[in-house]
Amino acid sequence: METINSEIFTLMYGSIVRQLITDLEDITEVNKQLDTMGYNIGVRLIDEFLAKSRTAACTDFRDSTEKVAKVGFRMFLNTTANVTNWNPEGTECSLVLEDNPLTDFVELPEGCSKLKYCNVLCGVIRGALEMVNVQVECDFAKDTLRGDELNEIRLKLISEGTEAYPFKDDD
Amino acid sequence: MRSDRSSRRRLALAAIWLRKSPFQTSEQPLNSLASSIARRAMFSGRLNLIDRPLSKGKSEVSLSAFSFLFSEMVQYSQTQVSNIGELERRLEDAGYSIGLRLLEMLCFRERNSKREIKLLDALKFVHSTVWKYLFGRQARDLEQSNAADDEYMISDSDLFVNKFISVPKDMGQLNCAAFVAGIVRGVLDSAGFPARVTAHFVPVPGQPRPKTTILMKFDASVLQRDSALPSG
Repeated sequence: METINSEIFTLMYGSIVRQLITDLEDITEVNKQLDTMGYNIGVRLIDEFLAKSRTAACTDFRDSTEKVAKVGFRMFLNTTANVTNWNPEGTECSLVLEDNPLTDFVELPEGCSKLKYCNVLCGVIRGALEMVNVQVECDFAKDTLRGDELNEIRLKLISEGTEAYPFKDDD
Repeated sequence: MRSDRSSRRRLALAAIWLRKSPFQTSEQPLNSLASSIARRAMFSGRLNLIDRPLSKGKSEVSLSAFSFLFSEMVQYSQTQVSNIGELERRLEDAGYSIGLRLLEMLCFRERNSKREIKLLDALKFVHSTVWKYLFGRQARDLEQSNAADDEYMISDSDLFVNKFISVPKDMGQLNCAAFVAGIVRGVLDSAGFPARVTAHFVPVPGQPRPKTTILMKFDASVLQRDSALPSG
């Protein structure tokens, strides 16, 4: 797998967020735009993930989140996440990230405390899982840039569709 | 002992900020900086970003993550502009803000106490150090243009920035390495050599793909200052 220096990635992401804030000026709009960009990345990222990781089909939501946290994050961001905090029905969990390459040199200024800086990650997870028929809602529960100890993404399963064969055999 | 070394490093870093960077000013004089760092660390559990030691810069991220993010940036910029020139300008501006910050960090990591003040030295810095940081190797060529003596060119082929980008016919000569050109412009500007930097595709005889050339046109003030310096 080809790799590049992670700092150029971090700096470029910072540049993107800066451009968005300058253009849009409204922090909720910036959060939404980051989520949309992440979603667009996610729908294409899932193809590469499935091709390169050659995993078998996941059995249930627990398995999917484990794959996202362990294989997915390692493949693209070279860092692992842990899956914790399952709710009793098994439909909600938290992905805990200790070090996040996107926020290496970042500090949020006073006026931007509502900015979800890594919202693009939420969009990527949402987009990627949607392409395999798992609808989730993804949000940041804890954010190191806002003073918490670690990054925590809360995943809520909304529905799981069945795989439908897109072509009709008798046509 | 360890805190001594790290606090000396922090003082050195603060010294670099105060002396080198025209963009950040610090109101505190140097000798009280160390005590204020200690005070800040005492009152907040986690060290402030500026007080944490600087990483070695060896961690890696997959090329596909970068390419996905870069493609999103290009797509977003396309919605904000109306022609190719503006798109290149936006990519360059994104790279410019990176380049400004990159010079500080690279100089600190190089542990160079002297700044380059000659044009050729600055170009060599871009050609070797910056390129090695960005692409893992030195750039292929550094040449001076025949037509004008304020133009210099750095060429390279197969920049990873362009690896997964195919430019459609109606976009003409768009080169997404305008991003890299912006980084170079930021580095040169921060070092005190203002220039206009652009990226072009130059076909190479005998190779199927053209190479990318970063063209730097320096301001007249830079050349005047350079010729006034004692050479050698």
